[in-house]
Amino acid sequence: MAGTAVRTARARPRPPLQKPGAGTLTRAAVVAVILLISLFALPELLSLYYVDAMTQVAVYAMVTLGLGLLVGRVGLVSLGQVAVLAIGAWTAARLLFATTLPYPVVLLAAGVVTMALGTLIGLPALRLRGLYLALITLMLAGAITVVLATANFPNGGHGFLGYDASSVHIPPIRRPSIAASDPAYFRYSVIVAALMFLLAGVHIKTRPGRAWAAIRQSEPAALAAGINVTLYKLWAFALASFITGVAGGVLAGAVHYLYSIGFPTQDSITLLAVVLMGGAYSLWGAVVAALLLQLLPAGLHNWGVSADWLTILFGLGVLQVLTTAPGGLADQVPKDLARLGRLLRRHLPSGAGG
Amino acid sequence: MDSERGVIEVTGLTVRFGGVTSLDGMTVTFAAGTCGLIGPNGAGKTTFFNVLSGFVRPAAGSVLAFGDDLLAMVHFRRARWGVRRTFQTEQAIEDLTVFDNVAMVHEHAGLGSASRRQDVLDAIAFVGLEAGPAARVGTLAAGQRRLVEVARAVVGRPKLVLLDEPAAGLPDEETAHLGDVIRGIPEQTGGLTILVDHDMSLVSACCETTAVLDFGKLIASGPTAEVLRDERVVRAYLGTAELA
Repeated sequence: MAGTAVRTARARPRPPLQKPGAGTLTRAAVVAVILLISLFALPELLSLYYVDAMTQVAVYAMVTLGLGLLVGRVGLVSLGQVAVLAIGAWTAARLLFATTLPYPVVLLAAGVVTMALGTLIGLPALRLRGLYLALITLMLAGAITVVLATANFPNGGHGFLGYDASSVHIPPIRRPSIAASDPAYFRYSVIVAALMFLLAGVHIKTRPGRAWAAIRQSEPAALAAGINVTLYKLWAFALASFITGVAGGVLAGAVHYLYSIGFPTQDSITLLAVVLMGGAYSLWGAVVAALLLQLLPAGLHNWGVSADWLTILFGLGVLQVLTTAPGGLADQVPKDLARLGRLLRRHLPSGAGG
Repeated sequence: MDSERGVIEVTGLTVRFGGVTSLDGMTVTFAAGTCGLIGPNGAGKTTFFNVLSGFVRPAAGSVLAFGDDLLAMVHFRRARWGVRRTFQTEQAIEDLTVFDNVAMVHEHAGLGSASRRQDVLDAIAFVGLEAGPAARVGTLAAGQRRLVEVARAVVGRPKLVLLDEPAAGLPDEETAHLGDVIRGIPEQTGGLTILVDHDMSLVSACCETTAVLDFGKLIASGPTAEVLRDERVVRAYLGTAELA
């Protein structure tokens, strides 16, 4: 009887709002296919060089996801995300050397610690916006870089810092036992990244996402709607920092050895550039940004071209995005493809398309 | 019903921005239904709304709303208490759907989630929006966005609805529709509405009583028809020309 009641309740006619539209289903299918290809086909098809590069893409997709949330959803520009990533990596490395905790627990802990510190970095966001916030986060990131250069990353030493300058045989940072090989660790990274995208997606689709959209467009309108602007801005920083901290944890296992010179302050600027190029307003944009940031240099290096050219390319890319395609590549490329399709249909013989 | 409507008592409200006195000892009572608030540009109308919203801290004065000290509340908490508003430059959130625009207010105003869906759809139906609830606000025309803003302002039976020039820039037929909507707000919400607008025919059609500000001072208040005939109002508002 209870079953019938439930079925009747579900059968009640509803306005079209809650029915998953064709678009939603297509999107879910595309995500599933990409995930399956990443998990099963890519590690088989790619050389180890590119498997490692794709692991970096998975890591940096989380970092660009976090920055995209701040910039695209809430309108907060942070130029300190690479330092936030370093905090996550440091925390994970320290825990991995000091404890035998399972890897997911370490990732979670790295996320939580980074969340706490990253939210502190976000405190100026309560008073500042735009250029000034960018400047302050850049300064804080610079300060963190200086601290890291002094403290160094843990290398199996003792004490709080876990760094031993006299170590000769530095043990590698461990990986989860189920993902010790490079292809397996790539799969592991993709799954963690997918979970982080899911976490961000759920936020965007629900109460915080609506609050962020309001804050981004107009703080007075958000306040008048009863939104605690302070809380939701800090929430955005907390979520972005958590995701970036988890990315740091995945990065620690990916590279085995961490050095403070690996997290230069200026990388945060490049990070913002690729996030804008990829598209700060969509989750796909974060993936595109990570591909630009990690796969492109790996490819260029492999072909013997200096990756320094990318600075120029990214500069031109940002210019192009800011002037003609504010939605970034993730928004523009599908539009351009659709336009191309229409153009082809119009000019090709009638049999070629409907 | 009338006992629920209550009153907004404003006493000696003064706001200064640097050397400029934007509101100068404003004392007025908004009694019930829909009240007009008119005055020339720069008279302090929007400043008054900003005080009620908590965006501006007055130098002196008090606002008692239904017996509660409104100025003592943190700005974002006032929506929960029951203040809603629209803005002179319309602020419907472009990235959200019509439904989410209205639901956003509902969920932050501390209203239960059980009735949310129905309340939101009621508010959207009330303003007579042509677009469906699933339409993205960024795709809507100006008049439709205004209505989304009004729907946000009336959802969940607020106590005080502030409308800041809702008809600005709208063509006549849309203004007429908006007038119908505004006249329906007291019944829809059971609360009090204050309407700021320069369109005197809209104010006459919607408001039983009207207050007039000029240079931050209240120069008249009372039944709308009388106020609009008041010589001081005519002089302040239209210079020496006659009110049509």
